[in-house]
Amino acid sequence: MWEYTDKVRELFLNPKNAGEIPNADAVGEVGSLACGDALKLFLKISEDGVIEDAKFQTFGCASAIASSSALTEMLKGKTLEQAEKITNKDIAAYLGGLPKEKMHCSVMGQEALEACLLDYRGEEAPEKITEGEVVCHCFGVTDVAIRRAIEENGITSVEDITNFTKAGGGCGECVGKLEEILFDVLGTKREVKTEPKPMTNIQRMQKVMQVIDEVIRPSLKQDGGDIQLVDLDGMDVIVSLRGACGSCPSAKLTLNGFVQKTLREQVEPGIRVREAS
Amino acid sequence: MKTLYFDNNATTMVAPEVLEEMLPFFSEMYGNPSSMHLFGGQVGKHLTLARQRVAQGLGCEPDEIIFTACGTESDNTAFYAATMAQPMSKHIVTTKVEHPAVLNVVQRLERHGYDVTTLGTDSQGRLDLDELRDSLREDTALVSVMYANNETGVVYPLPEIAEIVKARGILLHTDAVQAVGKVPFRLSELPLDFLALSGHKLHAPKGVGALFVRRGTPFRTFMLGGHQEHGRRAGTENTAGIVALGKAVELATAHIEDENTRVRALRDRLEQGLLAAIPDTRLNGHPDERLPNTSNLSFKYVEGEAILLMMDQHGICASSGSACTSGSLEPSHVLRAMGVPFTFAHGSIRFSLSRYNTVEEVDMVLDVMPQIIARLRELSPFKKDQENVPPACTC
Repeated sequence: MWEYTDKVRELFLNPKNAGEIPNADAVGEVGSLACGDALKLFLKISEDGVIEDAKFQTFGCASAIASSSALTEMLKGKTLEQAEKITNKDIAAYLGGLPKEKMHCSVMGQEALEACLLDYRGEEAPEKITEGEVVCHCFGVTDVAIRRAIEENGITSVEDITNFTKAGGGCGECVGKLEEILFDVLGTKREVKTEPKPMTNIQRMQKVMQVIDEVIRPSLKQDGGDIQLVDLDGMDVIVSLRGACGSCPSAKLTLNGFVQKTLREQVEPGIRVREAS
Repeated sequence: MKTLYFDNNATTMVAPEVLEEMLPFFSEMYGNPSSMHLFGGQVGKHLTLARQRVAQGLGCEPDEIIFTACGTESDNTAFYAATMAQPMSKHIVTTKVEHPAVLNVVQRLERHGYDVTTLGTDSQGRLDLDELRDSLREDTALVSVMYANNETGVVYPLPEIAEIVKARGILLHTDAVQAVGKVPFRLSELPLDFLALSGHKLHAPKGVGALFVRRGTPFRTFMLGGHQEHGRRAGTENTAGIVALGKAVELATAHIEDENTRVRALRDRLEQGLLAAIPDTRLNGHPDERLPNTSNLSFKYVEGEAILLMMDQHGICASSGSACTSGSLEPSHVLRAMGVPFTFAHGSIRFSLSRYNTVEEVDMVLDVMPQIIARLRELSPFKKDQENVPPACTC
């Protein structure tokens, strides 16, 4: 069962603007019966470039129908310049959000709008972004389209690439390629996210000693406590609490909450701290 | 609003008689059957009775029944036992239309170096037994063929399959989760080695299943721990669930005639009614070699999830073989294996009945379905008279 918002349910059960506009000024069509969803968008545009009416016909699931209806509601009364700026995220926002797996329904709306505007200008309507190399052959999605989706939507996982573009949702053969593209886009933009190389034992020991001496001990000393590094066994840091800490009832909290957290943040995330017995 | 439940292949209502028998095991009979004291020990007698009832229903011996937590666990156990007991045999035969409880286990074995032969089906969902015969090898560890398909209800000829497979001395497993209580069979006359069943598909609660393991079939324990189930499935028994399963199998055996007459007639009334009232509708699966309770229909030009949500507004519960998720608009693997055209596959709805359905309920569904389909077809850009218009998918 999908967790649809009330707005999605409302626009699915009682869709606004369903139907055709005879002699429409612009028609945009994306998807097909074979693909599993399709949207045909009709616009009536005034001479000064204002969208006077918008209607849709959709084959697809509840959120595809609701997304289409939402798009037509958003378009009515807008100038073409304003309409051009509508993205799939605006459609999803109008609906109060869509389940992640259904984001491609809003993408279909954006694509139909693009096709419509191209049609109005009398330009050849490309079925989708055809520049670049086709990565997902099942859905005909190019690397350019995938890169754009990653950048525009802040995507950080291959799963989300599929949710937004359908790429990888067919046979799955291109998933490795999607990973490469994702890594490539993220690698240049969010370098912090890349995994650091694992430390050697000596590096880890030096770093642990440094953080204990420079960060942890000064802080504990403020409360009259102290700490001593006893041993290091792989990722296990064995310490002994001294001074006020030795008899403090919340010493366990100090170990897990402060000492371990600090070491995990500043040395390595996998570190475990325990007290020498 | 009254719930019109037509999704019995997904799960079933717990039968009142079953509920009544299981309830004491949550209250005054909460003892552990492994305990030394009488309070716990007395529960053991009820497990013995449940085991006898299941064995009687299936036509096997009580000690050939292992209680598990679900059909999936039973399937996993059969594969584990067959592969671990025959480490030199690295070939598996199964079908394209199995439940994920089998398909995903097979995929993992494949990643671990097993050779897998996956048998296809014809357009009505039937297997080619010659293909099965040709697929068997010296190193085949297990053949796994479901007894009846959960989506289409197509029933596979297990007696013939068993004859072919056992003639080669190869182990045979069947996922009979959908078949028990609907397809009459006796394991005493059906020489397969493993059979999986699930409680909640036959009016017992969720969380209990069973695996039949024929005496003499090599076995390795999947779940290790205590000595329960003679050391073949560790873990404190789900006493209430097992008692319920015993009663449910007993009832299923008593009602199997009813399933194949009255329930079948209800299913046919629904199916014929929908096919007659709604144009561009087709039946998926063989019309006769099929479970008496299942009808899988495709409505052209509309999408399954949208149909289901509209039906939900009328309290009608059913399922769809269309999975509009994750951008993957792939219709069900079962319909694809049968070569159901994409134009139909996306609009498939599975109705699955039980002995609790009534003719009034069927007629209520017949009353609203034509409007629902007509409404969605009105929204759809595809119409019968523009058949040639939709562009092909780049798939």
